[in-house]
Amino acid sequence: MTDFINAFKTALGLIVTLNPGLVEILFLSLKVSLSAVAIASVLGFAIGGTLAVYRFPGRGAVVAVLGALMGLPPVVAGLLVYLLLSNAGPLGVLQLLYTPTAMIIAQVVLVTPIIAALSCQACEDLLEEYDEQLRSLGASPRAIVLTLLWDGRYRLTSAVLAGFGRAIAEVGAVMIVGGNIDHVTRTMTTAIALETSKGNIALALALGIVLLATAVAVNAALMSVRRLALRLAYA
Amino acid sequence: MLDPTHPLNGLGTAFGSARAPLPVELRALNYEASGKLVIDNANLKIETRGITAIMGPNGAGKSVLLRLMHGLIAPTGGEILWGGRQMDRELSRRQAMVFQKPVLLRRSVAANIRHALGLRGVGRKERAIRVDDALKLAALERHASTPARVLSGGEQQRLCLARALSLEPELLFLDEPTASLDPASTLAIEKLLIDAQRRSIKIIVVTHDVGQARRLAQDVIFMHHGRIIEHGYADSFFDTPRSEGARAYLAGGLVL
Ligand SMILES: Nc1ncnc2c1ncn2[C@@H]1O[C@H](COP(=O)(O)OP(=O)(O)O)[C@@H](O)[C@H]1O
Ligand SMILES: [Mg+2]
Repeated sequence: MTDFINAFKTALGLIVTLNPGLVEILFLSLKVSLSAVAIASVLGFAIGGTLAVYRFPGRGAVVAVLGALMGLPPVVAGLLVYLLLSNAGPLGVLQLLYTPTAMIIAQVVLVTPIIAALSCQACEDLLEEYDEQLRSLGASPRAIVLTLLWDGRYRLTSAVLAGFGRAIAEVGAVMIVGGNIDHVTRTMTTAIALETSKGNIALALALGIVLLATAVAVNAALMSVRRLALRLAYA
Repeated sequence: MLDPTHPLNGLGTAFGSARAPLPVELRALNYEASGKLVIDNANLKIETRGITAIMGPNGAGKSVLLRLMHGLIAPTGGEILWGGRQMDRELSRRQAMVFQKPVLLRRSVAANIRHALGLRGVGRKERAIRVDDALKLAALERHASTPARVLSGGEQQRLCLARALSLEPELLFLDEPTASLDPASTLAIEKLLIDAQRRSIKIIVVTHDVGQARRLAQDVIFMHHGRIIEHGYADSFFDTPRSEGARAYLAGGLVL
């Protein structure tokens, strides 16, 4: 119990004093995860919308794989990107390993299937209702995808939120490709892992509390944007 | 519409259309789905410029026939000709369809019309003009920025019809457009259809409403079990139906 009380005190202290170390890793965490989610959203919307509308051989298999990849363990995503970026790997010349860029790439790999699969589901549901009407209006498949993505915008925000939750909370992928280097690739989750292993439970818990609060705040911000849009608009 | 020499301007109407090529012709048309012959050897020649009504009991194949004629589904046999030409994508873009259940996008009333025009490749300026005209036509000007899906059933169907008309189709299909509407809303739709028909848009409408068919139709097609049983002028169809099925249907009896 004292651990918890100490943790809260430490957390409060870190926040109130705007501890520069905390601000740095919090900022990096947000930068990495928000960038990854932004990129994964563009990719995921495109993949999900395309899978919902276009019919091609192997489509069912792709959808199934995507569903399975939603549960991709972060360490596996990290390992894949590590192999890609390591000196011996195909992209080794880029020298990206142990940089924030590598962490963003790893989280994109982790999050894109989630956003793609959820977008695909949202578009498929809408398509059932819209298909004949849109084809009657002369819509090309591409125009149908764009129409579905726009009309599914509320469900797509949920997909983005799910992706963000996954990215901000994961530790395995950023640890492997980032290396948890102080001032370079240390994020909230890798710092928590490190402090815990060093026995600084109170500090680790404090970081955890800050991370949780940040995740809740980002979620709340996105939800209120979504509610505002809903109220203004045309669900 | 802005062209003062447009032949339709004298009628003071919103949307002009090229005169639809006729006839609409079905030749030995078949549609098979899940091993069932849903449309069974349909032969038909629609030549009237007036409104054509398709009637028949539930499951007769009326909706499937409409979707075939509009090119939404492909026949498994036979052919559809319009003005002597095989139905194709270009032709189906000169048609429009109003579905039984209004399909409205999750956007404003005006945006629903605007998007439809955009999909048909209508330019930005022309689009704005046609959106205004369509809103006026549907008497929905006040609701231009209302979410389309909160409109009442009658308003939704008026919007669907106005949206279809804004495309300036030469041929317009409607599938039971007033099936779930009250009398006032039904009348509003019928008035729009009569106006459209006067502007030489060829209209083919599925309806269960005998009164409606009498008010609107010049000719009636009667379907039963996927077959076209009768096709004739409305007056003679209602006064002296030739088939047993049509007699029973019109008498409100069970049609088996
Ligand atoms: N894709 C399909 N697969 C199997 N049966 C179908 C399909 N589409 C329509 N049908 C059947 O065809 C018949 C005619 O349907 P429909 O045209 O909707 O009738 P209605 O005259 O009431 O509009 C119905 O019995 C329906 O179940
Ligand atoms: Mg039907």
